[in-house]
Amino acid sequence: MPRRIVTAIRGVGHRAIDGTWRLGYASRFFVLTLLKSATAFRRPHLIIRELYFTGVMSLIIILVSGLFVGMVLGLQGYETLQKYGSEAAVGTLVALSLVRELGPVVAALLFASRAGSAITAEIGLMKATEQLAAMEMMAVDPIARVVAPRFWAGIMSMPLLAAMFSAMGIFGGYLVTVVLIGVDEGSFWSQMQSSVDFQHDIVNGVIKTCVFGVAVTAIALFEGYDAPPTAEGVSGATTRTVVTSSLAILGLDFILTAFMFTGVN
Amino acid sequence: MQRTTMDLWVGIFVLAGIGALLVLALKVGNLSTYSAEKSYVLIGSFENIGGLKPKAPVKSAGVVVGRVTAIQFNPKSFDAEVTMSVDSRYQFPRDTFASILTAGLLGEQYIGLAAGGDEVSLKSGDKITKTNSAVVLETLISQFMFNKAAEGDAKK
Repeated sequence: MPRRIVTAIRGVGHRAIDGTWRLGYASRFFVLTLLKSATAFRRPHLIIRELYFTGVMSLIIILVSGLFVGMVLGLQGYETLQKYGSEAAVGTLVALSLVRELGPVVAALLFASRAGSAITAEIGLMKATEQLAAMEMMAVDPIARVVAPRFWAGIMSMPLLAAMFSAMGIFGGYLVTVVLIGVDEGSFWSQMQSSVDFQHDIVNGVIKTCVFGVAVTAIALFEGYDAPPTAEGVSGATTRTVVTSSLAILGLDFILTAFMFTGVN
Repeated sequence: MQRTTMDLWVGIFVLAGIGALLVLALKVGNLSTYSAEKSYVLIGSFENIGGLKPKAPVKSAGVVVGRVTAIQFNPKSFDAEVTMSVDSRYQFPRDTFASILTAGLLGEQYIGLAAGGDEVSLKSGDKITKTNSAVVLETLISQFMFNKAAEGDAKK
């Protein structure tokens, strides 16, 4: 009996040490990426290439989901608000929920599953096929050449994608409520404009998306760089990227919202 | 893929993203209604501000002329001191009446300014002396009840 307890405690200790080691390794990797970013900025074409793969290739899924999320928000909001005779406030509802929460969060979740997983799989496979080792043999630093451009491209494309998601969603809400249902167009826009504050809502939303962009790309890059160099290892790392970054997005969103939108009215 | 095609697509992507941000700022947000005009500060002390909050509009004849910037409690006079910034295009006479009103039945509260007849205008930092507190429903009901009770007594 005591031996079993000792084994259990040992298991906890092992996990704690392992987790701490991994966290430290991830932080060192993150700092190293930042330190070696200068090379990436000296060769902007590397970043542009990655912007194409993470940003442009994610456009369709972001735009289509944004449109549908906005349309559903418009429909549901109208259903509820028309009971109180204030269906013109549906513009406010759609815009505030998109700009503050849904835009950043849903766009980041889509970004994690569309671009994050691709980054992890690509780097993991590069490691498994010893391309990273080959680069090091040729005195090319893989962190400066492969990791840093992807990191900065991810951070740049995330706010742009989220802004397009929100704009598309508001257009979807407009389409359903004004064009299809027939809510008054003037009050739709004017109520929206009077309640969405540039500083308080839009800028805070953009700050959120920047934080999510850093989190998602850092997690994806680390998981890929750290993946065991086997087919199984790469697939496991890809799954972990999606799961970890989704949880990180939701957790960070709660913390950021608690700081940004409480206390002030 | 050709480098130029890729550059083109990335350019389109970046421009579309910035465009979306601009749409959010100008069409959805209130950036377009921010005026670069100068404003001046007026202070009004109210007995009770009800549910008035900072950033609430200040209206005159229904037109928004300014915003509430700060609300403080004055521990000497036991009133609420409301600081508002008013667009300097609009000048108000010294005997302007400020009252806290409600937009609609459940709407937000705002400050209504009703101009008086004085020839001297309010300057920045001036205090509005004539104020009218927010209507508190409980006070209204209790007044009504007292009046009813008083009527009942008078009839006897």
